[in-house]
Amino acid sequence: MSYQLVVNGRAHRIEEDGQTPLLWVLRDTLHLTGTKYGCGIAQCGACTIHVDGQPMRSCSLPLEAAAGSQIVTIEAVAGAEADALRAAWVERDVPQCGFCQSGQIMSAVALLRVKSIPTDDDIDRAMSGNICRCATYNRIRAAIHDAARSPSSPATTA
Amino acid sequence: MRWRRRSRSATPRRRRLRIGCLPLLAIIVAVVVVTAVIALRPRALPQPEPIAAAPPKSKVAHLRSVVSFASIGDAEARSLALFAEAGRVIQHPRCMNCHPRNDRPTQTDAMRAHIPWVARGPDDAGEPTLRCSTCHHAANFEASGVPGNPKWKLAPIEMAWQGKSLGDICRQMLDPARSHMDRAALLHHMAQDELVGWAWHPGGKRNPAPGTQAEFGALIKAWLESGARCPA
Repeated sequence: MSYQLVVNGRAHRIEEDGQTPLLWVLRDTLHLTGTKYGCGIAQCGACTIHVDGQPMRSCSLPLEAAAGSQIVTIEAVAGAEADALRAAWVERDVPQCGFCQSGQIMSAVALLRVKSIPTDDDIDRAMSGNICRCATYNRIRAAIHDAARSPSSPATTA
Repeated sequence: MRWRRRSRSATPRRRRLRIGCLPLLAIIVAVVVVTAVIALRPRALPQPEPIAAAPPKSKVAHLRSVVSFASIGDAEARSLALFAEAGRVIQHPRCMNCHPRNDRPTQTDAMRAHIPWVARGPDDAGEPTLRCSTCHHAANFEASGVPGNPKWKLAPIEMAWQGKSLGDICRQMLDPARSHMDRAALLHHMAQDELVGWAWHPGGKRNPAPGTQAEFGALIKAWLESGARCPA
């Protein structure tokens, strides 16, 4: 079957089975390999993307359910929150192996868009679905706090 | 000429094995023919074999029909018996997992805490920053094994069932202040609500609730009509 997908602002006509996980369409068909395959069962968060602004696990989202939505991947996530997080990530040297980091960033961007100054509890609640096998959780939390307080974040510029 | 003779006697000439082109060609052809004969020798084609019947994905449990309770003459006893049978569905993990005693759903037949860590949030459909819809969508998704339904959410905390007796659950269901439902709405919820109906079509290797939603709805209807008695 044929589906219309809008990914990172570009429209694509995808000829795949509607039950194909969106993750495989992104990685194998559109070659957007920044979104990672971690577990395939929505347990780790490595495949997190934004669908109509909401973070979602692309491994558990069928292509047919994503058709017609605005999809944003790590390759194109943008805005003040993304910029602030990217800078904080570099400053804190957050990644270790780095495999989970695109999913962490996507969830963190969504968090800051809802809570511009999150508490530790807010961060735990939003990020609990993103697992890091290198256990960089302390640096992730610190970097999110840094990004929220950074001059470029919406919370400080508002 | 002398040096030539001396040279011959000093280094005797070796005799080299000489093979002509034709024998070499014959050897190659023979190897090819033998290989082809071995590869193309007549063999029996694989025959179709019956595939062993796949074991059932999950245990099927049945519910007693409403008619089977007609022999109970005492109305109160019949009402209690009807609710006890319906209780096999109400207290099944497919239902109880979404009626947790706290803000966290449980999972599996063991009713362990949901992984990953999630909370009910202000509308019972997840925290604003980690919605149920992050993973759960409109239908069960076999590829990831993640269950789904368009109305996927927890029961309100006032309708917490876990840790309560069937009698306590019964009284809670009949109390509109906690169930947010009158009896007509309660019957509709049990008999027709599609999220409740998911319990009989949970997908994956999950065990469905006993019987069918129609049979369960019939039990609830008969129980309500028989006075809606609650066990102690």
